[in-house]
Amino acid sequence: MASGALMKTPLHDRHVAAGARMADFAGFDMPISYDGILAEHRRVREAAGLFDVSHMGEAEVRGAAAHAFLDFLLTNDVSAVPPHHAQYTLMLNRQGGVIDDLILYRLQDRYLLVVNAANVAKDFEWIGSHLAKDVDFRNVSDRTALLAWQGPKAAAILDPLVGADLSAVPSFGIVETRLEGIAVILARTGYTGEDGFEIFVDPARAAQVWDRLLEAGAPHGAGPAGLGARDTLRLEKQYRLYGQDMDETVSALEAGLGWTVKLDKGDFLGRDALLAQREAGIPRATIGLLVTEPGRHIPRAGCVVMADGREVGEVTSGTFSPSREEGIALARVPKEFAAKGDLTIRIRNRDVAVKRVKKSFV
Amino acid sequence: MNIPQELRYTKEHEWVLADDGVLVVGVTDFAQAELGDIVYVELPSIGTRLAAGETFGNVESVKSVSDLYCPVAGVVADINTRLGDSPELVNSDPYGEGWMVRLEPENPADLEGLLGPEEYSDYIGAEAE
Repeated sequence: MASGALMKTPLHDRHVAAGARMADFAGFDMPISYDGILAEHRRVREAAGLFDVSHMGEAEVRGAAAHAFLDFLLTNDVSAVPPHHAQYTLMLNRQGGVIDDLILYRLQDRYLLVVNAANVAKDFEWIGSHLAKDVDFRNVSDRTALLAWQGPKAAAILDPLVGADLSAVPSFGIVETRLEGIAVILARTGYTGEDGFEIFVDPARAAQVWDRLLEAGAPHGAGPAGLGARDTLRLEKQYRLYGQDMDETVSALEAGLGWTVKLDKGDFLGRDALLAQREAGIPRATIGLLVTEPGRHIPRAGCVVMADGREVGEVTSGTFSPSREEGIALARVPKEFAAKGDLTIRIRNRDVAVKRVKKSFV
Repeated sequence: MNIPQELRYTKEHEWVLADDGVLVVGVTDFAQAELGDIVYVELPSIGTRLAAGETFGNVESVKSVSDLYCPVAGVVADINTRLGDSPELVNSDPYGEGWMVRLEPENPADLEGLLGPEEYSDYIGAEAE
């Protein structure tokens, strides 16, 4: 895509003014880093970092049949989400492959879906093709700016700025309040593994919220963070990234996201395929691999995973872990190799020893 | 973008300084900025004989990895061992403490075939567009 055709978020001017390195991400001109991925990563792990994630897609779902419709559309159990709570969930095709991973936010009178930027068009087309009676579905991406304020100090810095008591908001809880007069929806969710909030705001007021948070956070060591740090942060926690660690050819169970799939809740799209796969055996597994060989060997997406001298799988995401200062990866391998002790990753023509790490690298 | 006048350059974004018959080689300010935070630099052993254009190591940043290309034929006379523990020197001081290898050139006149500062400046200007 030519640079002239790139879309801009409402905070684009702020990123450019801050001297951020910008790059095309899902058709948006997005900040990759401001003062370095390592510094931004540490900022989020130790204080707080502010991300512009306004490129993500948002849709509202309302109506008498909204709950039943979402339960049919998504893998997780919508009944388990009380008002003002959020839930990580998946949308599958009929083969059980992942169309997208998303967060469902239940507000008082409606649901909000937040989907990956690169998937907005296909997601909303898929949803539109399954729409039921008495469901009102609306793409509100253009009317929604989304900021992620993440880190151990995020809540303490945000609390005095808003009209709500944030200590009363649990993880995955939501509160609708004002931030110095600006209407915001705060959700205690994120993609970094740290405590923090995602902030939904009118695009016309987004820059004010951005400025205010950075100003309030600066004395505490907080600052902006780009998509580069967002990627290292999520990978240290083994959070999957759509388009790399899963896609429509990878089943929810192969992606290791079975915990978001509630096969007992009743019928939903992809359920039959997953039941059949569970019966027949899940062919592949997604596993976390840590480089154990000395020297800074850094796995990258596309690197081959080797076992017994032959290629058995592939790295789907790989990076240098700023927290561990070691190479880390997510890889997809045939099920029978998932628990094998002597896997290696071929990095630049060299087979580098790795070990499996479950759940999180940090 | 810092492009010192006294250095020669390659299209692979290495710089070369002629220092009393030996060539000091590193990567440019442009290269380190493009790479972002550098976390690992792999260098050759002292005594390695390299052809012009041959890969002599690589630089890894958080996001990506890039090969290092030998600007002219020669033998590695020394390497910057400090980069083992402090690869970030390439980011903070690419033309100074971030140097990578010292090379005894086979033919010192080969240096003349490299880009001058203006040519390199034009080259990265064109590449940026």
